[in-house]
Amino acid sequence: MMQQRAFALAALAAAVLAVPAAAAELEPLSSFDTITDEAARSVALFTEAGKVIEHPRCLNCHPVDNVPTQGMDMHPHEPPVVRGEADMGAAGMMCTTCHGPENVRVVAQADTLTSIPGSATWHLAPISMAWAGKSLGEICTQIKDPERNGGMSLDDIVEHMSHDDLVGWGWEPGEGREPVPGTQAEFGALISAWVETGAHCPQ
Amino acid sequence: MVTFTLNGKDIAFDGDPDTPLLWVIRDEAGLTGTKYGCGIAQCGACTVHLDGMPRRSCVTPVSTVEGSDVVTIEGVSGAEAAAVQAAWIGLDVPQCGYCQSGQIMSAVALLQLVPKPSDADIDNAMAGNICRCATYVRIRRAIHDAAATLEG
Repeated sequence: MMQQRAFALAALAAAVLAVPAAAAELEPLSSFDTITDEAARSVALFTEAGKVIEHPRCLNCHPVDNVPTQGMDMHPHEPPVVRGEADMGAAGMMCTTCHGPENVRVVAQADTLTSIPGSATWHLAPISMAWAGKSLGEICTQIKDPERNGGMSLDDIVEHMSHDDLVGWGWEPGEGREPVPGTQAEFGALISAWVETGAHCPQ
Repeated sequence: MVTFTLNGKDIAFDGDPDTPLLWVIRDEAGLTGTKYGCGIAQCGACTVHLDGMPRRSCVTPVSTVEGSDVVTIEGVSGAEAAAVQAAWIGLDVPQCGYCQSGQIMSAVALLQLVPKPSDADIDNAMAGNICRCATYVRIRRAIHDAAATLEG
């Protein structure tokens, strides 16, 4: 009897463990309404958006050096690649040598790699937009700085975060990759609300 | 139907649009100089030129080359290709040879983009072409020799 019960519990545990974890979510905008201080609300909104910004899916192509990283453990890109003058790789070994306009399922039986990521504008973020290893406050300040953000206004930032295809790749990263939390629309709404509340940054 | 040119010849492929370009090159067109190595863009054996730029054909759905010009080891030509061929022969670069068509396609593309590459230029451009016989030293030397030939 005890053995049967133990077996049943083990089977139940296995069944529960076999269910894929639900995709990470972003808090809805309404959950920030209780923060009455506008600056504090702004910081809280950006901090929530930071779940996306600081996800390895984003950080991997925002390196502080000249080598992109890969995977949730952010290991150096394999095969070895470099940033290159135009953030598109070295002459003769550009991003486009392997990355196409869309994610591609691989035909080989590779246990750890089931698709090659791709997007029409696949490239590294310029070095002025490096995020990896920086605090969320540093990233926030940098995102607002037209000297470092590609000359974008705050409205441009909202548009970029809400609709840019390469940003959007984070939610559609291809088979075998964990997407960033929430949806691009939810992320864009957080960034928009952050700007509307004064675009305050975390410490 | 996907249409493109392969070494200047018109190709019309009406199979599964997700078929890798490498399959079409080898199995449909019968050009077996381009090799299947890893199938995950990690080794470079399947490198071809897509509209003049190096591309791993094993991870290239044929649908994405519609209207493009594809060149393989059988069709690569021009001054850079001739210089690379002569340098490869001169230094007896290949050992087993399996990776070499990919190596040559990458080397030709590099010289088309950077006529006189430094060691670093060569290492960066060739980093995605693996050679299990480790002919890397001869490959680098041969690219320098080809560059010198091109310089005249």
